[in-house]
Amino acid sequence: MKIIVAIKQVPVRDSQLRVDANGRWIQEADLSFEINEPDAYALEEALQLKEKHGGEVVALCAGPARAAQTIREALAKGADRAIHIEEESLNTLDTLGVAKLLAGAVKAENPDLILTGLQSDDLGYGQTGVVMAELLGIASSTIIMQVEVDGASIRVKRELEDGWFQHITMPLPAVLTIQSGINKLRYATLMGIKKAKSKEIKRVTLAELGAAAPATATIEKIYVPQKSKQTQIFEGDAKTSAAKLVEKLKFEVRVI
Amino acid sequence: MSVLVVLEQTGGKWNRMSWETLVAGQQLSAQMGVDLHVAVPGSGIGALAAEAAAKKCAKVYAVEHDLLKDYTADAYTAAVEALVRAVSPTLVLFPHTYQVRDFAPKLATRFSQVLISDAIAVKIESGSPVFVRLLFQGKLNGDVRVSGGGPYFASLQAGAFRVDALESGSAPVESFAPPLAAASIRQKPEAPFRESARAVDLTAAEIIVSVGRGIKEKENIPIVEELAKALGAELAASRPICDAGWLPMERQVGSSGQTVAPKVYMAIGISGAIQHLVGMKGAKTIVAINKDANAPIFEVADYGIVGDLFEVVPALVEEVKKAKS
Repeated sequence: MKIIVAIKQVPVRDSQLRVDANGRWIQEADLSFEINEPDAYALEEALQLKEKHGGEVVALCAGPARAAQTIREALAKGADRAIHIEEESLNTLDTLGVAKLLAGAVKAENPDLILTGLQSDDLGYGQTGVVMAELLGIASSTIIMQVEVDGASIRVKRELEDGWFQHITMPLPAVLTIQSGINKLRYATLMGIKKAKSKEIKRVTLAELGAAAPATATIEKIYVPQKSKQTQIFEGDAKTSAAKLVEKLKFEVRVI
Repeated sequence: MSVLVVLEQTGGKWNRMSWETLVAGQQLSAQMGVDLHVAVPGSGIGALAAEAAAKKCAKVYAVEHDLLKDYTADAYTAAVEALVRAVSPTLVLFPHTYQVRDFAPKLATRFSQVLISDAIAVKIESGSPVFVRLLFQGKLNGDVRVSGGGPYFASLQAGAFRVDALESGSAPVESFAPPLAAASIRQKPEAPFRESARAVDLTAAEIIVSVGRGIKEKENIPIVEELAKALGAELAASRPICDAGWLPMERQVGSSGQTVAPKVYMAIGISGAIQHLVGMKGAKTIVAINKDANAPIFEVADYGIVGDLFEVVPALVEEVKKAKS
């Protein structure tokens, strides 16, 4: 089966973020980037499905030139080839605009299954996969914790709230948004990294996918959230601050 | 011109976030000077629609169909789409639930719109809404403006609006029969289930010591375990720790785990992604220990130590033992 995995490159998790001069995005110059975590699980799921059922895994990524690094890592882990929608100004598009680009690239590939993470760690809209499915006119299901392929259909385990789950069956092709923790991530092997160098990365431009629609949702400004709660921070070395905290817990909170 | 609030129920039981969304609808429709309409999709929802009609709004639509009995993305998208086309609201509001995440983006796409998901506040500026959302896992906020004439779609984060502000009233209920066909519903759902009986009931704990990514390795878990032992606390964790199998799933706190409200919640090496915060922000006293002073967990913490947990936690164990002796 042919599986496309849509991945996104985001700032590494512990990044110290600063708002840029025009107040609408972050300063990217000093940041390091990595694969969006839920997308890493989607990629792993695709690789495992390929190992079970055969076929091909294609990594799809919309992002600026720097995203090539993340794409290489996906290839090193075992994706067979990649498509890079290379564009520096994706920030001016909204989710629908980006999903249209991705759907355009997917259409030409005619895959059996499309996987992506359930949300991105940067914007966190959590809908690119679902929107892509709607644009492609195929079924979707979200927050998936297990995938079983059975011929022309799939049975998935969808996470519900408060520890509940549900199985859902639907026809292929379909889009699934994958939850973190569905599987155990692999590391790229030395051999994998070597092989990745000769694997194909097809670069596609915005123009080739048709003009993007103007955004209907735009970020007007970003800012550090105002604190709603007064936090008392205990200063000093570990021993001093620990002693101050325990004193609070004993005499004010009264739990010791 | 109206605001439409879509309430969520499963098997005749409300999702508790529904009423918070209705509060948002009441406040925003008043600010915009338009009517508030409420939709209750489902099957056999007469009593629920009547309950909604006892809240302040202009009209309740009982969106009733046999094919809405068990939730599917395709049926719910089609049903709400039909209602939105019939009612033509300016703004459609949902609670940001797992179900809404599954179908509302699809619905918005049918109107060439983007769902403004997981909004924490809505401002009305010259008649049109500006939504506040968390970005970068809560490290930054963003104001999102929508344009293009609508209808605009937004889902609201749990706790963004306070349910105690809900106003009562009396509104008519109108039945709405969406045109649904079984053949066009591609998802075949089975009955929901729980993985196993929960052996650990975190909700009963007075003190919870919870550990996150900051612990780095499974081998380090005993460091935090020892603090829990010293305090007589239950040990809990954020999702990544349970995903990695370092602690069992039943010890997970957050939107996909347990929701707790202990006397003291100690978050150790937990950055405070919103999925975790919704599970613990009801704790009476929240203590955060994290090396990153900008971590969102400090937004909700009463007490904090900015430092290396591998130094702070052993020191805490010492001090707790001293205080107890």
